Amino acid sequence: MTDMHQGTGLPGTDAGVADGADAGTAQGIDAGTAEAFLSHDESLRHAPGPYFGAYGGRWMPESLIAALDELQDTFDKAKADPEFTAQVTDLNRNYAGRPSLLTEAQRFAEHCGGVRVFLKREDLNHTGSHKINNVLGQALLAKRMGKTRVIAETGAGQHGVASATAAALLGLECVVYMGAEDTRRQALNVARMQLLGATVVPVTNGSQTLKDAINDALRDWVANVETTHYLLGTAAGAHPFPAMVRYFHEVIGEEAREQILEQTGRLPDAVCACVGGGSNAIGLFHGFLDDRGVALHGFEAGGDGVESGRHAATITLGRPGVLHGARSYLMQDEDGQTMESHSISAGLDYPGVGPEHAHLADIGRANYEPITDAEAMEAFQLLSRTEGIIPAIETAHALAGAMKVGRRLAADLGPEEQPSDRIIIVNLSGRGDKDVATAAGYFDLLPEDSAEQEIAEEGEQL
Amino acid sequence: MTTDPADRPGRVLGGSRAAAAIEKARSEGRAALIGYLPGGFPDVQTSIDAGIAMARNGMDLIEIGIPYSDPVMDGQVIQEATVEALANGFTVPRIFDVVEGITRETDAAVLVMTYWNPVMRMGVRAFAERLVAAGGAGLITPDLIPDEAAEWLEISEELGLDRVFLVAPSTSPQRMQNTVDASRGFVYAVSVMGVTGARTSVGAAARAVVDAAHGAGAERVCVGLGVSSSAQVREIGAYADGVIVGTALVAALRDGGVDAVAELARELSTGAAKTPAGGSA
Repeated sequence: MTDMHQGTGLPGTDAGVADGADAGTAQGIDAGTAEAFLSHDESLRHAPGPYFGAYGGRWMPESLIAALDELQDTFDKAKADPEFTAQVTDLNRNYAGRPSLLTEAQRFAEHCGGVRVFLKREDLNHTGSHKINNVLGQALLAKRMGKTRVIAETGAGQHGVASATAAALLGLECVVYMGAEDTRRQALNVARMQLLGATVVPVTNGSQTLKDAINDALRDWVANVETTHYLLGTAAGAHPFPAMVRYFHEVIGEEAREQILEQTGRLPDAVCACVGGGSNAIGLFHGFLDDRGVALHGFEAGGDGVESGRHAATITLGRPGVLHGARSYLMQDEDGQTMESHSISAGLDYPGVGPEHAHLADIGRANYEPITDAEAMEAFQLLSRTEGIIPAIETAHALAGAMKVGRRLAADLGPEEQPSDRIIIVNLSGRGDKDVATAAGYFDLLPEDSAEQEIAEEGEQL
Repeated sequence: MTTDPADRPGRVLGGSRAAAAIEKARSEGRAALIGYLPGGFPDVQTSIDAGIAMARNGMDLIEIGIPYSDPVMDGQVIQEATVEALANGFTVPRIFDVVEGITRETDAAVLVMTYWNPVMRMGVRAFAERLVAAGGAGLITPDLIPDEAAEWLEISEELGLDRVFLVAPSTSPQRMQNTVDASRGFVYAVSVMGVTGARTSVGAAARAVVDAAHGAGAERVCVGLGVSSSAQVREIGAYADGVIVGTALVAALRDGGVDAVAELARELSTGAAKTPAGGSA
């Protein structure tokens, strides 16, 4: 960009504005991000796809292109239809429980360099995570297309449970594809989906992981596309999925922005979220994309450490490629074969990432770092004990990242400034009930020979 | 090693080797027969031998697939074969050994069927140049649509490689036109909405797709997915310019080795087989 806006303030210091009315035109500059993107009059918000810079697109079999066209057309019309947006708003408010709270975490903040930390409480949504935002929207679109059946993929089961929930609510048949190994480890989540009326299909192909569940869902979709909508669970895949899934999650960032202005009178210095496919992160980031003073931090699963090779740090270490319909960063070997990812968190255990994140990384608008299993579990325990909130292990990656960001902000203060002059928002994307057995096993809290210990050894995430 | 591809027989019809093979079959009053096998299944040498066996037993075109970690258009039989090929150590550059091994021994046009990421990873130009050097005719690309293929269109044009895109029962008239225009060699008509695998019948949809492609100006339209018997070959050959058999050949190789591939190829090409060989998995 030739007419790049140059920063005029100290990093982060004048991100804030006096009140909400001025917030929309705030031009606070963060030196860490401002130079790499955006001229004054260019917005990064509402990027429509199919491309996000060099990423995105439709790398899909021709057989599915008509369905993608139909979905895009239906989505475009729905967005412009007040009846549809009212339906979404109503379900969000009266079914999912929105708006979700923005909770200041004062005791946890002591471990984040003393900066102020606010938690966007997606864990309080119905079904316990941000996933409900997307499934309600897509299930409504499925109805508008006259489809009677939805299919979904799931790793740990969160998206599967959310999809089964939306299908039950709207009277749609639901089939969830899940790696065979995961169906065994997540027996209770399988039961939960079945209680909601869904059919769970164990996937035995390939590496039997989340990516193979997506492969089998795509094979189902090709064969049943007349009656079936593929309710993809993250902001990845072929156009229009990345832009559409983001649209349904934008409510996270819109609410958070309004709430932080209301509670503190200014915008945050940084927002933090975990990134697997990247749907909760893009939903939060979107609210702040054009607020140049707000640094955006995504935290990928570092597994045993990126140097170990056992991780899911796709942006950090991946290379551009195509998988599941989108060009994006991808964990792949020299032959272009997809590599297996590893993370203690099943929800982040995916070798790809949404294309908009790949673009935001390349242009420097958002920053992505890996968090190891050990760092995430430390943050998991810390939040539980300081705030009385047990986060999902996925979310714990964002919390561990916030601890790092907070300490950096605190180390970089001006002479007259206090750590409490800095503000971070963390997306608390999901609750940790499902992870209690894993965590109890990790922290060695289970008695020998208990049934729970056996479950934990298998990595059960309830 | 190889002769210069430009000197090989059949480089007519604007240089399309696939077109030449199909036109040769047409001149003999029949539809072309195209056989698919994955490279490196169960090992590289056997896949070369099986490719040669197909070419010597009536197959006009040989299609060799690159085993890939995420084959979303493939059913169980081909998935299992490609998983085995990868487990046995197949790497992408070996595909050129397979192509060269077949083209050195036969005059058959050899196309590589590949999901796009392995090509992108190697670099489209590097891949295409190595394919030319190995004597390959071009690529069949199941997850690359012309909309995303700018680089491949340019390089294949420059190097004279065939580019076979797919059309399906769901393809709109506008997309049909664009895909026919972008293809070189032939257009691959997907017979049913689904993934690869033997089916007892490919149904009426296949004919409609072929008619639509012909209507959009395609000179050569070949039907694939679900074809496993000589009876189906005969039925489809009545309206299509070529017939593609995959899963049945893979199952034959799995169960009976190269000899079974040769036998099935012979049966398919005569159109006289009493029962589908190679099982119906």
